[in-house]
Amino acid sequence: MGSSGGRRRSGWSVASGTLSLCGVTLCCLACATALGWMRAPRQFRTDPPLQADLGNLRLLPNRIGGTPPESYFALGKPYEKVAYDLSQGKRLYTWFGCATCHGDGRGNIGPSFLDGWWLYGPEMISVAASIRDGRPHGMPAYRDRMTNDQIWQLAGYVRTIGAYGPSVSATARNDDPQTRPAENRGPASILFEQGPAGMKPEQGPSP
Amino acid sequence: MTGNRNARTREDDRPSDTDVSDAEGERRLLATWATPRTLKGVLSTVDHKIIGRRYIATAFVFLILGGLLALAMRLQLAAPEARFIGPDRYNQIFTMHGSTMMFLFAVPVMEAVGVFLVPLMIGTRNIAFPRLNAFSYWIFLSGGILLWVSFALDVGPDVGWFAYVPLAGPEFSPGKRADIWAQMITFTELAALAVAVELVATILKQRAPGMSLDRIPVFVWAMLVTSFLIIMAMPAIMIASSTLILDRLVGTQFYNPAEGGDALLWQHLFWFFGHPEVYIIFLPAVGMVSTIIPTFAGRPIFGYLPLVMALIATGILSFGLWVHHMFTTGLPRLGESFFTASSMSIAIPAGVQIFCWIATLWAGRPQLKTPLLFVCGFIFTFVLGGMTGVMVASVPLDTQVHDTYFVVAHFHYVLIGGALFPLIAAVYYWLPKVSGRMMSERLGRIVFALIFLGFHGTFFPMHFLGLMGMPRRVYTYQPEMGWGGLNLFVSLSALVLAAGFLLFFIDAIRSARSGPLAGPNPWNAPTLEWATSSPPPAYNFRRIPVVTSANPLWDNGETLPVAGGLNIDRRELLVSSVVEALPEARESSPTDSIWPFWAAMATSILLITSIFTPWAVVWGSIPVAITLIGWFWPKGEPEDEA
Amino acid sequence: MIARRGVPLPALLALPLLPGCTGMQSSLDVGGPAAGELRLLIVSFTVICGIVWLLVVATLGWALLRRRPAGTGARTQRQLTWAVSLSVAATAIIVAGLTTLSFLATRSLGGGDGEIEVVAVGQQWWWQFLYPREGFQTANELHIPVGRTVRIRLESADVIHSFWVPSLSGKMDMIPGRTTALTLKAERPGVYRGQCAEFCGLQHSHMGFTVIAEDDVSYRKWLTGQAQPARPAATEEIRAGQAVFLAKPCAACHTIRGTTAVGTAGPDLTHIGSRRSIAAGLLETTRGTLAAWTADPQTLKPGTTMPLVPLTSIELRQVAVYLESLK
Repeated sequence: MGSSGGRRRSGWSVASGTLSLCGVTLCCLACATALGWMRAPRQFRTDPPLQADLGNLRLLPNRIGGTPPESYFALGKPYEKVAYDLSQGKRLYTWFGCATCHGDGRGNIGPSFLDGWWLYGPEMISVAASIRDGRPHGMPAYRDRMTNDQIWQLAGYVRTIGAYGPSVSATARNDDPQTRPAENRGPASILFEQGPAGMKPEQGPSP
Repeated sequence: MTGNRNARTREDDRPSDTDVSDAEGERRLLATWATPRTLKGVLSTVDHKIIGRRYIATAFVFLILGGLLALAMRLQLAAPEARFIGPDRYNQIFTMHGSTMMFLFAVPVMEAVGVFLVPLMIGTRNIAFPRLNAFSYWIFLSGGILLWVSFALDVGPDVGWFAYVPLAGPEFSPGKRADIWAQMITFTELAALAVAVELVATILKQRAPGMSLDRIPVFVWAMLVTSFLIIMAMPAIMIASSTLILDRLVGTQFYNPAEGGDALLWQHLFWFFGHPEVYIIFLPAVGMVSTIIPTFAGRPIFGYLPLVMALIATGILSFGLWVHHMFTTGLPRLGESFFTASSMSIAIPAGVQIFCWIATLWAGRPQLKTPLLFVCGFIFTFVLGGMTGVMVASVPLDTQVHDTYFVVAHFHYVLIGGALFPLIAAVYYWLPKVSGRMMSERLGRIVFALIFLGFHGTFFPMHFLGLMGMPRRVYTYQPEMGWGGLNLFVSLSALVLAAGFLLFFIDAIRSARSGPLAGPNPWNAPTLEWATSSPPPAYNFRRIPVVTSANPLWDNGETLPVAGGLNIDRRELLVSSVVEALPEARESSPTDSIWPFWAAMATSILLITSIFTPWAVVWGSIPVAITLIGWFWPKGEPEDEA
Repeated sequence: MIARRGVPLPALLALPLLPGCTGMQSSLDVGGPAAGELRLLIVSFTVICGIVWLLVVATLGWALLRRRPAGTGARTQRQLTWAVSLSVAATAIIVAGLTTLSFLATRSLGGGDGEIEVVAVGQQWWWQFLYPREGFQTANELHIPVGRTVRIRLESADVIHSFWVPSLSGKMDMIPGRTTALTLKAERPGVYRGQCAEFCGLQHSHMGFTVIAEDDVSYRKWLTGQAQPARPAATEEIRAGQAVFLAKPCAACHTIRGTTAVGTAGPDLTHIGSRRSIAAGLLETTRGTLAAWTADPQTLKPGTTMPLVPLTSIELRQVAVYLESLK
């Protein structure tokens, strides 16, 4: 213990170094937590005025292209990239029986989402308008059966079925029998078939 | 002085510690072993004491964070239908609380105490595979930061620390939350497995000459059994978390019943790890208690052999209990009955331990210092938790209390009572060795009173809440259920508990800064770590002690025999035989290296990016390979020769 | 209950208070033979374990505080060896006894067939109950006749849930891809509350249900009533409410037999007015709570799958009146 003085001091300084390291880590995490706390959590409830505004689809006269309402951009386009909304869209796809006509996305009596041919264009606004207002040749209008944010959620999900690349926020497989790769793996890139053969003549002429 | 001349090679002409004076020897040993005080030194050190200290301190930071989460939950539950925290945030909080406490606090801190103490207790100069040890710490730190930064960014896992599928599976957990949980598991398992391997090698091959198997301190035995448990249990959870990620990310079907998978498979895998996990946390605590009691009773431990046998028996039995977490899943009754019997039978080795401790206290002259107070609090609490453990082991009884607050009470009794109380006792006992300064006896008693009363006030009423039908993992409850009063009381008691911990941390920091000097052996303890100065020098022991009894410092007093002959100008250890600990060889010990740090960073990048794309496993392995090549590249240093 | 607060009382002292653990969802507030058996088991385990615990703690206290004679020798060591060995042997015997007790209780609980079979399906976050013989379904409210065993077949539509009515029986998980079962028997008529006991996501906390045990006559009457389609709208306001319900998204998810509402994503509402509670045990069924729930489900139960459907105040009142009328 003869030289213990120096050793003690170095012992303490290493200990204090460790402690201050911990302190810094703790402070960083505390700040990050505080920031995260202020960050908006998953939105389960859309305020009624906002929801009403989400219904203001500004469509071109041919009802194909257009612009979503301002509030959609103000929200940060959540329905295209928030995993929770996309997964809700996937549940709606099942609950509202979309598979009856569109199958697993490869189409049945309705058009496919995977062949790269979007009859009314691939934009969110067009898909949302198709769901809300219906389309000729059998697509019913869901205006009175879904709320506006459900329509956006479903539209966002439908677009991920036809995605060409893997996506971080798209949904993964369901606990069901598997018929095609899940949305997060870019099913369209795997199952792509050269169009327009994918479009069935009985679906009617393209608009 | 027992020499180990036979282990010394002729051609080695460098000086050994027998050739120079003590002062000169110390100076040169320090030059060989000390960690330089530069940034590079900090990042590249392989000293088990520095890494162990970091590990312990980091784990305690996670304890504080997990405790703050617990307080947030108690605030939310203090009143029925409170709106302080919503369900989404609450689910993240209870998941974070469980995952942090189990994976980032309890297991790492127990291993870290082992990393610090085991080489000192068995009389060697460093842990085996010290660079792996450094790597393990950086991996652990990365995993913890991954989890907490995710939580801060509102992508913390929200599926419970058990992450049952299908709730945690691809269909019902959108986003990256469950993936982050699963990958955090990979980090902590990697870190834990590395430390377990080091401890096994250290304990079996680096003991001081003469420390035969029947002279190993009980704590070291406990760490040995724990390390084997880790090596056997952790692969199960690694398989589970990896298959979960595969299901979620690339669409495999391990847990999809529609494609031939099975949701219960997850529970089997998880609990095959999860139950031994409890003993991975508890057995080191048994070791701590068995070390502290003899010191304060002033006599050797009663029933060394039965205690060690009980440790091993607990370790083996712990692999036959996992189904008692699944009694309500509708498994065949006969199988469940087997697990009832095995779960209850683990009470027998636990009983052996308890009775041996009480017998030691009985036969000795106990001094009720703070560490012993906490040990007594441990026995009081742990036995109660063990009793409720016997209750939940019964299949029919478990169908009523499973997944209720009764179980919450039970496992906090066995985890806080059974592991955290001994750990606090261990801090009071060993902190003087770590920092060289004593903690306050007066504050220690207040800390004990606050923690003990706060703990029982918090968790005892939960038994009743469970019997009154309150399920676990609820973010709120309705006023008409009649649980409000007890919950309010529980929340208030939690504040007392928190105050106790606050005072404990204040005392620990204050003591490390300005406590009274401890000297080498303040408690007059019998084990080897007290044979060196406090804090120990970088080389641990000037000469390797030679052990002639189970309690060397009591039986040899001032004149501990030592072995000489190790080189002082390069890092050398003594390797000894497994059973008798006869010296076998001089083995070089790795020097400081920055590569473990870089390897850990490369591994972290691989693991974190693999949350987002499976290709990360391919591209991320390139930097890992580069850092590993750097790590193992021969540098012509003395260590390469051995 | 109140008297127990404040100090960590030993389990034995708390034991007389165990019967005080009553409440609408208490496992000690027994309504059927299975729960009675389990209460007996809980009490006997508590007594035995409490005594053992007291003995251990008393010995510990004695060991710490006893007066120590001068000098200890081999005799003490021998006595201690005996004492420890005997204690371990006693532990083994007690453990064996408790295991046997547990086995006996398991046997007497049994499973077996029931006189009536009901299917319970766990959904995020409500309960679907199907009466296959009568061919109707209801939600969050199970009716059983007193004194007869009812076999509940347990299934899940999404994640793992756990069916638990503490006053009648222990719990049993509902696991997707598997079918489990539980038998219930009530000895006295009454209303028993149950709740999901396996963490199942956002609204696990609000996934309650009610079991109503009633005499055979009332049970038959209830069955007959439930099997009927919804009663036709009697007043102008109810008719208007029905029209709103059918025209709005409500009908896309809910079924009301006898109308064009045939959605299956949400609970069957054919006789919602006759149920004691709505939203899986969250609120008592009244016109006011029906209106509140319809107006803003996401505030009352954040994350629930029922969306906030924009309705005018008049439409809201009409829908609430309509739903209330569905007795």
